[in-house]
Amino acid sequence: MIKSTENIIEVKDLVKKFGDFVANDHLTFEVKKGEIFGFLGANGAGKTTAIKILSGLSYPTSGEVNVAGYDVYKEREKVKKNIGYMSQKFSLYEDLTVKENIRFYGGIYGLSNKYIKEKTESLLDRLKMRDIQNSLISSLPLGWKQKIAFSVAIFHSPKIVFLDEPTGGVDPITRRDFWEMIYEASHEGITVFVTTHYMDEAEYCGRVSIMDRGSIEGLGTPVELKGQFNAQNMDEVFLKIAR
Amino acid sequence: MKRFIGFVKKEFHHIFRDPRTMLILFGMPIAQILIFGYVVSNEINDVKIGVYDKSKDHITKEITNKITASGFFILSDNLDSDKEIEDAFKKGIIREVIVFEQNFAQKLEREGSASIQIIADASDANTANIVANYTESIINSYMREELWAEGLTYQINPEVRMLYNDELKGVYMFVPGTMALILMLVSAMMTSISIAREKEMGTMEVLLVSPLKPLPIVIGKVIPYMVLSFINAIIIIALSFFVFEMPIQGSLIFLLTETLLFIFMALSLGILISTASNSQMVAMFISMFALMLPTMLLSGFIFPIENMPKLLQWVSAIMPAKYFITIIKNIMIKGSGIGVIWKETLIIAGMTLFFLMMSVKKFKVRLE
Repeated sequence: MIKSTENIIEVKDLVKKFGDFVANDHLTFEVKKGEIFGFLGANGAGKTTAIKILSGLSYPTSGEVNVAGYDVYKEREKVKKNIGYMSQKFSLYEDLTVKENIRFYGGIYGLSNKYIKEKTESLLDRLKMRDIQNSLISSLPLGWKQKIAFSVAIFHSPKIVFLDEPTGGVDPITRRDFWEMIYEASHEGITVFVTTHYMDEAEYCGRVSIMDRGSIEGLGTPVELKGQFNAQNMDEVFLKIAR
Repeated sequence: MKRFIGFVKKEFHHIFRDPRTMLILFGMPIAQILIFGYVVSNEINDVKIGVYDKSKDHITKEITNKITASGFFILSDNLDSDKEIEDAFKKGIIREVIVFEQNFAQKLEREGSASIQIIADASDANTANIVANYTESIINSYMREELWAEGLTYQINPEVRMLYNDELKGVYMFVPGTMALILMLVSAMMTSISIAREKEMGTMEVLLVSPLKPLPIVIGKVIPYMVLSFINAIIIIALSFFVFEMPIQGSLIFLLTETLLFIFMALSLGILISTASNSQMVAMFISMFALMLPTMLLSGFIFPIENMPKLLQWVSAIMPAKYFITIIKNIMIKGSGIGVIWKETLIIAGMTLFFLMMSVKKFKVRLE
């Protein structure tokens, strides 16, 4: 993992309100370039709202949000070019083939045909999916879809990739394989911002933030957090914060 | 631009790879126009009629027998007064009454001509027209085959009267109606479903996170359906012209332009529906119940608007299909130009604008 002191995401006093309901209450945190940042919290804690704001799907009510060096409110288009996004639904087109999906997503990021072709070839080799390049996504098992979805999300070499519960519904072995891919991406210098339910996955992250009811209650490396909350593992940390 | 073309290509892949979509897009329009064309309009069978025979002589008996023996008609009522005619129609069982004038045979023999009145219930204009035509041709063939063959050059004059709807509004209803229905279905329903599908599958989020702007995304999704709807419209017009001999009195280009306007309207309605629905199911239900049924029942397609209760007439005023049907009928049958149907055209254009603005507004609310 590349250690860096440069901040790639800077969030200061981010507030997001839906009517009277405060989904994000004065969030402040930074993410360093190249790190794997875990974004944890129970359902409804405000994770998805925050990730939507960071990725430009939603506007903040107030506060400063800087992603990849750009203000998400004023320079949305520049932010979009520099981020990748993978949702918990894996977001591939079921009725397109593996190759068509890659080509389509490469295309909407404005990459050249030649570049897409070359990169697709090397990607298919790396994923060992050459045999199934012309199969429809709907015919593939969940774990494969997940790998392809992640590869597609970082196909245009973004500076940051946002993963919204990327491992939901897959078995432990596939989850492990998937984390291998996350580490690989991180080695290539891509910052990984990941939300998850699984506390064992929190241990894999460089730093972790834990949200509860709209605000960040814990922030640091897994080791720091365990010390701070006097806990054996992240599961305990999480339970102590959530109660 | 290259990105955009890739996007449209992807959309065509979705359409061509889904057999159900293909069936709705191309199977249905053809099936519908053939069903409405052949089954609904041109065949009649066992139509119940009444006879008011004021003369009761051998010729009127022969004509009545010939009509009932044709297989198309069943004699269900023998009437004895003018008042009974109205009552018989109101019961709703008979569709036609044949009235022979007094001293029919005598008149034929003395004056060489006599009249038969054919009264049809034109609240269903299609059937009324066909029923009256059949009756007329049976009477004519009786005249030629039975009377003229024996050297009797008598002239029987059938006088057709359409009851309840003398202008026969709705005769050529099935072509404009089917067109409105199909375009509504393909443009509004299919686009709303396809946009809702992207939301349901989560791909919409990924598209919105990408550098593609929302407007090109929506346009890219809509263009394939616009192209296919337009092809559909041309198929329907061609079928009705070549197979059913529906006239096209007005300008074909004007007809296609108006069709394109209606397609735009339906597409913007589809976009509006999709902003309100997060799954394909919801999109389909809204389209079905808010669009298809009213379009069929209230636009004047199946039931003439003139015969509806006042309340439903008001409801039909907000059916875009109603105006489109008027436009198409005017262009095809009467050969009207923009001077006659500018009002309807303006209403559809206004609706298009309204739906688009609503969609943009709803879309913004989602982003806030």
